[in-house]
Amino acid sequence: MNLGTRKILDRSFSAVGIGSIAVMGIALLIVIVPIVYNGLGAVFFTETIEHRNMLYNEFGKGDKAELDKENAAAGIYRKEAYSMLSRFEAEMETMEPVRQQEFRSKYGPVQTALRHLIGPLPGDEEAILTRYRYGQTRWEKAEEKLHELLYEAKWDYSDPNSMAKEYFVSRAAEFEGTSLVRLFPYVENNLDKMLQPRFTVYWGFLTDSSVDSHIFGGVWPEIQGTFFLAVGAMLFAFPLGVIAAIYFTEYARDGFFTSMLRSANSTLAGVPSIVFGLFGLAFFINTLKVSESKSVLAGSLTLAIMILPTIIRAAEEAILSVPKTYKEASLSLGSTKWNTIMTVILPAALPGILTGGVISLGRAAGETAPIIFTAAVSVGSAIGIADVLSSPTPALSWNIYNLASEHEAAAEIRHVQYGMVLALVSIVLLLNLSAILLRARISKKLKG
Amino acid sequence: MQMTADGRDTSQIEQVKTAMRDIYLPSERKQISGGGNPHVTAKVFSIYYGEFEAVKKVNADVLSKYVTSIIGPSGCGKSTYLRAINRMNDLIPGCHTTGALLFDGEDIYGKFTDEVLLRKKIGMVFQKPNPFPKSIFDNIAYGPRLHGMNDRKQLAEVVERSLRKAALWDEVSDRLDRNALGLSGGQQQRLCVARALAVEPEILLLDEPTSALDPKATAKIEDLIQELRGSYTIMIVTHNMQQASRVSDYTMFFYEGVLVEYAPTAQLFTNPKDRMTEDYITGRFS
Ligand SMILES: Nc1ncnc2c1ncn2[C@@H]1O[C@H](COP(=O)(O)OP(=O)(O)OP(=O)(O)O)[C@@H](O)[C@H]1O
Ligand SMILES: [Mg+2]
Repeated sequence: MNLGTRKILDRSFSAVGIGSIAVMGIALLIVIVPIVYNGLGAVFFTETIEHRNMLYNEFGKGDKAELDKENAAAGIYRKEAYSMLSRFEAEMETMEPVRQQEFRSKYGPVQTALRHLIGPLPGDEEAILTRYRYGQTRWEKAEEKLHELLYEAKWDYSDPNSMAKEYFVSRAAEFEGTSLVRLFPYVENNLDKMLQPRFTVYWGFLTDSSVDSHIFGGVWPEIQGTFFLAVGAMLFAFPLGVIAAIYFTEYARDGFFTSMLRSANSTLAGVPSIVFGLFGLAFFINTLKVSESKSVLAGSLTLAIMILPTIIRAAEEAILSVPKTYKEASLSLGSTKWNTIMTVILPAALPGILTGGVISLGRAAGETAPIIFTAAVSVGSAIGIADVLSSPTPALSWNIYNLASEHEAAAEIRHVQYGMVLALVSIVLLLNLSAILLRARISKKLKG
Repeated sequence: MQMTADGRDTSQIEQVKTAMRDIYLPSERKQISGGGNPHVTAKVFSIYYGEFEAVKKVNADVLSKYVTSIIGPSGCGKSTYLRAINRMNDLIPGCHTTGALLFDGEDIYGKFTDEVLLRKKIGMVFQKPNPFPKSIFDNIAYGPRLHGMNDRKQLAEVVERSLRKAALWDEVSDRLDRNALGLSGGQQQRLCVARALAVEPEILLLDEPTSALDPKATAKIEDLIQELRGSYTIMIVTHNMQQASRVSDYTMFFYEGVLVEYAPTAQLFTNPKDRMTEDYITGRFS
């Protein structure tokens, strides 16, 4: 190959390399930016007085006197709206029956929309679900709900060849000629007075429990559950994995048995995680009965089995990369094999072993499938360390899936879903970052 | 020009022999007292890698407190023989021995021999300096700690003594807590000697200890061997015949696994009994 072609090949290869890295970077940005942006929205957002009321009533947070003052201020404008309602109700009584019937059926949705917006109306019974006791707690949601109050959504089926189209009809027009017509511009113009929006930083999202299955509150039980599960998995898998790696590299003789074990380990690394989930249910819960039903213990054990091959692999590689000369030097000084492993080989292999460990920890924190049947519940309070043997727990990975797909009000709590995703991504990134730092520190110490 | 029967130039051979004699000056060496007993004795001793007999039926006594060098062309079994003495070959799967190798009359490969204890008495320094990735202090203290010394003061004494013996103390005394990998190659090798000395062995095995070093560092190691001579039994494998003649009292010449000639160094280099030895030391093959 002549020099010219070689140069062109080199150049084009680096161009392809840079290109693929750029594509990956862009893809990463496309994924990460919305997660970060929307996820931060769970903590940094414009709250309404309903949020402050909720925090005070459900979590006892906030200043009562201040809140009373604000409620009084908002009450002035709300009262005006409520009196419009009662005036219209009185007006309906005086209507002839057919007309009255027509307006009653239109009036119901208006009440509902107003309840969604600013909370229960005077005279409503105490709602059983917490979510119906408050209006919109987030200002951007309130603006959405305002639209529902002002406009009725209808569907246009006129063209049978295409899908029905949604269109909006102004409610003010529907109530033309009644006293209620004044309500709509009034609410539209005074919504900020009724809800008193204010920018807030709600750290409680990370430290509070959820109320009414994540409609309000935070994700602390999930964070804690994830922590318990991942650390629990590590407690089982890390020592076991390192011991297995020592066995493979230092004690096992090459032979049928060893190669069987090795290929079993490789196979295990490729098994889909849902299979581990089912295995965990069948083995740890149904056969060994480590707990009555789902528990953190069963989940940790299942995750441990899942990450074990990775830990063994990483530790094996780390041990094998320790120069043979260290071992020779140690043995030649009259050290036993065991002592050599403990005092020379493992310390030198530590950065690699730890890196493998922490990456596995991140994986254990992020996996959903293995804990579906063994440990995770969709709604639950934070469990104490004493309960890990018998209690199931909510966990970020599972609850992200659950909130996004199975929650009855999934569309209302996008901010919670994104917040959870961001929390999980941050935890995993943080773990990996700490692995990198730890590795750098130890390597530096070893290299002098 | 005079020729030998098989066509070699005798005057050239004489030249080499004279040069060797000049290098080797036994009279300048210090007297050794209390040495000269058989320390490592091989009796029809063979070493195999699987089927392959790498060292063949060696019979030899290595004498205590003297320096014995092992020379021979590459692949002739020098390292194999040396490593057999402290059983480092145990690490190689398929390596086994026949015959007997005795250390102070005890069979090194005996059924009840504790190879860990054996290695404590027979220290080794390898071709490539191999300090642990620890501090200089911890490197030296590694052996003593292994064998139960924990007192910091006592350890410090051992470290200083070993480093002094290895002629390294003056260079590193102010940075004992620094990582040993930061030392130069020559310093690292002397550190390895010091580390081996710290466990107070009786025998020191050196496998081409200077092949990775520059001439200055090599000279230091050779001086060091002279210092240690008389206190330890030393066996050194080397490719450098000048080195063998400079540092050793006895020389073993191996060829294809066979111990061809074993004699006092002066005699082996100036008046070899075997044609093969003569050919080798005069550089006819290597
Ligand atoms: N681990 C091993 N497995 C199989 N054969 C080996 C092994 N180590 C060495 N040998 C063989 O044994 C013979 C002697 O090797 P050895 O390393 O003792 O030679 P040497 O004299 O030290 O050579 P050099 O001067 O190159 O270091 C060689 O033929 C070599 O190929
Ligand atoms: Mg060798």
